[in-house]
Amino acid sequence: MPFTRYAEVGRIVLVNYGPESGKIATIVDIVDQNKCLIDGPESGVARQVIPFSRIALTDLTVKIQRNARAKTLKAAWAEAETTTKWEATSWAKKLSMKKKRATLTDFDRFKVMVAKKQKSAIIAKKMEELSA
Amino acid sequence: GLACNANHRELRVIYRIVLVNKSLIKMVAASGKSGKSPRYYPAEDVKAPKPSYKVKQNAPKVRKSITPGTVLILLAGRFRGSRVVCLKALESGLLLVSGPYKINGVPIRRVSQAYVIATSTKIDVSKVDVSKFNDEYFSRANDPKVAEGEDEFFAGDAPKPAVVSDQRKADQKAVDASLLKAVEAVPMMEGYLAAKFSLSDNDRPHKMLF
Repeated sequence: MPFTRYAEVGRIVLVNYGPESGKIATIVDIVDQNKCLIDGPESGVARQVIPFSRIALTDLTVKIQRNARAKTLKAAWAEAETTTKWEATSWAKKLSMKKKRATLTDFDRFKVMVAKKQKSAIIAKKMEELSA
Repeated sequence: GLACNANHRELRVIYRIVLVNKSLIKMVAASGKSGKSPRYYPAEDVKAPKPSYKVKQNAPKVRKSITPGTVLILLAGRFRGSRVVCLKALESGLLLVSGPYKINGVPIRRVSQAYVIATSTKIDVSKVDVSKFNDEYFSRANDPKVAEGEDEFFAGDAPKPAVVSDQRKADQKAVDASLLKAVEAVPMMEGYLAAKFSLSDNDRPHKMLF
């Protein structure tokens, strides 16, 4: 099992820690063993040096050269349709689901409970039909 | 007599002693406009009015999140766990609350703010008339003194059956008639109020938004 996700120029990363946690950015340059320069003009991440321990590599990449300007980067993102591709991944969907669940009110949680019950009732009925 | 100026005013010095922050005493001296020596002095010294120690009742402090129509979760008492509609805040600071009775069995009742979670769900109760309810409405009626015979004394305190007066029942019906309409206007609200609140294994109440 070789590595498939490399920390390279152009790799889309998810910031895990800090004020910009939860946003995606691109690796624009590698500083050393532990740090890299990231930038995310489309997602609102400032160009900054960040340690690898604070980011997570994703499967997506963009074609840019080392130290690309924010303007070039933005164009490359748009060409590769990065934002749409990211939001379509199950990783991004799980993150947004967690966020949504955290904002549910008591009434929302009740509605979710009722919906779950209705769903399982439909499934149980269908199972009965199939097993008969 | 003395020549008097038509515009002379009485010299008056008023010392007002105001208690600030329990331990600070501020003296405010306000002096009236001094003109020429006054023509008239009162026969006795005019005493400054003493501060009144009459207890001043302020408007009850109600949490910002609790307004008429808010759905509340009762945390203690006979109806703990019930979700209930807040109708208004009474002068004593207690909240007037109703189930509605038909939905979850909670009658028109007073409830303390401290034992309540205010959810962000609100129902429009502007059409519900609760003007007749105040703290005196709920005060305990004086029971007629039972003559204590020896037998009664040794029988002990048997739990007296709760008697709900007809007036209460009528008032409940009147309020709930309009309240139910407001509740039915919101989809799934009836079921929500009928359900009880409880915590289960994966709930983190400090992280939950109500």
